[in-house]
Amino acid sequence: MTSTEHKHAPILKVANAAISYETRYGDVEAVRDVSFDVHRAQTFGVVGESGCGKSTVAFGIVDFLGPNGKIVGGSIKFQGQELVGRSQNELRKLRGDQISMVYQDPMQALNPSVTIGDQLAEVLTVHRGIPKAEAWEKSIKMLDRVYMPDSANVMTRYPHQISGGQQQRVVIAMALLNNPALLIMDEPTTALDVTVEAVVLDLIEDLKRDFDTAIVYITHDLGVVARVCNYVGVMYAGEMVEVGSVESIYGKPMHPYTQGLMRCVPKLGATKESSILYPIRGRVPAPKDRPKGACIFAPRCDYATERCLNGKPQLRELESGHRARCFHVETIDASTWEPPEGLVPEITPVGEEDGKEPIIQVRDLKTYYEQESKSLLSLVGAGEKLYVKAVDDVSLQVPPGKTLGIVGESGCGKSTLAKTIIGLETPRDGEAHFLGFDLTLPVSKRDVELIEELQMVFQNPDSTMNPSYSVGHQIGRPLRRFSAVPGNQVRDEVIRLLNAVRLDGSYYNRLPRQLSGGEKQRVGIARAFASRPELVLCDEPVSALDVSVQAAVLNLLMEIQHEYGTTMMFIAHDLSVVRFFSDYVAVMYLGHIVEIGPAEAIYAPPYQPYTEALLSAVPIPDPRAAQKHIRLHGTVPSALNPPSGCPFHTRCPRRESLPDGGKICEEEVPPWQYNTEDHRIFCHIPLEELRKLDPVVTTD
Amino acid sequence: MSLPFMAVSEQAMPKKAAQPSGLQRLWEGLSVVFASKIAVTGLVIILFWIFVAIFAPLLTPYTPTEQDYTAQNQGPSAKHPLGTDSLGRDLWARLIYGARVVLIMLPVTDSFWLPLGTAIWGVLLGLLVGSTLGLMGGYLGGWVDEVVMRLLDAMMAFPVVLLYMIIIAAVGASATNVVLAIAIVGTPGIARLVRSLTLDIRTRDYVRAAEVRGESPWYIMFVEILPNARGPIIVDAMLRVGYAIFAMGTLGFLGLGLPPPSPDWGSMVAKGRQYILSGSPWAALWPSVAIGTLVVGLNLFADGLSEESTRYQ
Repeated sequence: MTSTEHKHAPILKVANAAISYETRYGDVEAVRDVSFDVHRAQTFGVVGESGCGKSTVAFGIVDFLGPNGKIVGGSIKFQGQELVGRSQNELRKLRGDQISMVYQDPMQALNPSVTIGDQLAEVLTVHRGIPKAEAWEKSIKMLDRVYMPDSANVMTRYPHQISGGQQQRVVIAMALLNNPALLIMDEPTTALDVTVEAVVLDLIEDLKRDFDTAIVYITHDLGVVARVCNYVGVMYAGEMVEVGSVESIYGKPMHPYTQGLMRCVPKLGATKESSILYPIRGRVPAPKDRPKGACIFAPRCDYATERCLNGKPQLRELESGHRARCFHVETIDASTWEPPEGLVPEITPVGEEDGKEPIIQVRDLKTYYEQESKSLLSLVGAGEKLYVKAVDDVSLQVPPGKTLGIVGESGCGKSTLAKTIIGLETPRDGEAHFLGFDLTLPVSKRDVELIEELQMVFQNPDSTMNPSYSVGHQIGRPLRRFSAVPGNQVRDEVIRLLNAVRLDGSYYNRLPRQLSGGEKQRVGIARAFASRPELVLCDEPVSALDVSVQAAVLNLLMEIQHEYGTTMMFIAHDLSVVRFFSDYVAVMYLGHIVEIGPAEAIYAPPYQPYTEALLSAVPIPDPRAAQKHIRLHGTVPSALNPPSGCPFHTRCPRRESLPDGGKICEEEVPPWQYNTEDHRIFCHIPLEELRKLDPVVTTD
Repeated sequence: MSLPFMAVSEQAMPKKAAQPSGLQRLWEGLSVVFASKIAVTGLVIILFWIFVAIFAPLLTPYTPTEQDYTAQNQGPSAKHPLGTDSLGRDLWARLIYGARVVLIMLPVTDSFWLPLGTAIWGVLLGLLVGSTLGLMGGYLGGWVDEVVMRLLDAMMAFPVVLLYMIIIAAVGASATNVVLAIAIVGTPGIARLVRSLTLDIRTRDYVRAAEVRGESPWYIMFVEILPNARGPIIVDAMLRVGYAIFAMGTLGFLGLGLPPPSPDWGSMVAKGRQYILSGSPWAALWPSVAIGTLVVGLNLFADGLSEESTRYQ
């Protein structure tokens, strides 16, 4: 390929593409009128909420739409050649050779029964006809280029023997082996933990530069887009509503939908006020309910006029390279936007009641899972018992009416901690008290009064409701079980609860499958609050929701908490959400709390080194925000055999600052250092040193 | 054993009040059936047999035991649409009265019978016991699971026909004992299916929500888990009714089914078989066709149903 003459021709040119799926209800147009260009060494981000057609666009490029999907209009040109209408055979060659794809779940992209080396080398031997030995050498080199530690050794392993982040690196290496002109990445970091995600995103940045590849990057995460993309296309309900460079879209979003999205995302700003969330009202229409001959966003738009309902706006160029699909861009001024009545609850902070006794107190709690060793002796019950130390020496307390956020990456023990408190796991040791009750008993041995006061909101909206029963029945069940109201008033109380979560009485008889994800989560919240509990545990209640829905659910939770004076423990992996929601935050790593204190104190120096690394890994939806660059290497050690001393010493980037290269971290358990009375840090590094650290995030 | 069933009936009441109308749900179910040609074919065959079984007295002037020594081993004629057997009994009458025992009535004693056929009662009883054991194994886990599953494994080790023969030999041949045999033979398979479904469903958040509410294990098993396993269980039950009809035929053929002279398809084949070579295959042919079509019909219906319901989940 002669690069100079093609330098300015786009690698991929999509013009007015429309894609339909055949369904039982006839053809459904999933994507219409989508146009964008991607150039060499550029990343084009396609961003949008679920169901807006972003993955359909990606699969449409290589016509991977399955038996019932087809491209019904427009053109897709790859290096000047038309792809629409090509046979599957030609496309198949192209897919392996010049267009590569990286999917969300690396474990599904890799064959679990073939070694990584064989899988990588196969790409070269099949598509390029390179001899095996040479292909093997090239594969090792490629692994080195994606910063795979110990690459030659990794080649001989099977996918399950390496970590998730490393698997995704292998998939990326595989995609790059043929030096493709176009790389399509569909949510490649969504399944990864935030610190791992940060490393993979850095890698994608470097690759774009080194390989001169054009990348189409599909994601729902505005923060990730801001970090890796040059150009962005915002999709809504199957149409691209705004296209432009990252700087111009984040700096001056023009389409009301983009503006709304930006207001929904909690930002990791320095002050809590700056992170008020304004959800977009209504919900994304299903493909068959999309307005025809009108602006698709009009039903949810604050600026909609008669014109928007009668005519369909086209994507038009407003500034150089910045296009939006809206009639009123010129007259819309985002800075004067006022939230409509009732969109954001008015929450006045609960009066200064910090002097009150904590409502829940946990001391040195340990929850271990027993695991038999694999020796022959254990078959007869005489083997050595091993323990997964899921929660180890955890102490915390929460004042009434406040929220404690618990953050950490997967496997840090935050969910086990919640399960222990709620009684689904029995702790091995330690104390936990709540309203004078002992929390170390399993739920089956607890008093009904205790069970009533301690409820939970779950993560997955699709499984939080029993699909067999109506909404009203499920909210009514705790009311009946705890006799919270007399039997003949249950129905009224359920409707009152539905209203409290902003659903009307008509939802009483609906079945869960007739509800959207956000609505199911609201019903789950109503059910948890039905018995008027004193403490509600929220286990990642919004992580499976789209940003605009997430904002509404978070606001709702805060409102209900305020109304009922409930204490909450809020478990999440998203530091921005926790920052928005919590009064106190605990950071967990490998079963231990490493830092706990008021939310403002956690997000500002002094930091525990792990907190600092976590914060610097969070993708921030603002390309101008300056963020420290700290990356963790290695993998989280097994909780079966945790490191001695400080659990974080194997990966700590700051231990070098201690004498002897931090020998003490390996040998001694760190002390709790008190920055203030209620802010403590689990670290050997003296507080004075930690105080000198710069803030991780600075926005202007 | 009485405890779980009480839990079901107690909870079933408020559930019904809160659900959308039964008619609406029936219509939804039917639309899934009608979307599949295979399921509709199966349904037509099944409905045909149910229809002739219900209206048997109106569809033939004869009774199944009426003998006519002037017309033995005849082929189809205007007088006897399917012919007669060696005792001159009308085969059409015997066939459709035989369908009654299979599909719509269970004769408990000479004068007392229950609605629903022998095959269906056998499967229902198997479902009751099998689901309970499967739920216990899957949800409670631990030693309960070990004990229950190992016992059922031991039962599965016996060849099915042998197991039928042992049971009937032990308790004697009667319609209720055939029900018992079908139930006992079907239980291990049903328990295994329900257990595997339970293992999946028990990890869902709504089960955790019930645990957090402090619900009893029986409530969780029968109210939270079982209704959500119903799809695969219903499809499996359809297939099992087919097996049960086959089993009834086998037992009847071996002389272990309903005592003569009641019209039993299996014993009709057994009696008619000796006349096949002497030029009168009819007595053996028609009951074989009946068993074959009904089993195939049930299989088609079950297959179509499961295919269609998984496609649009």
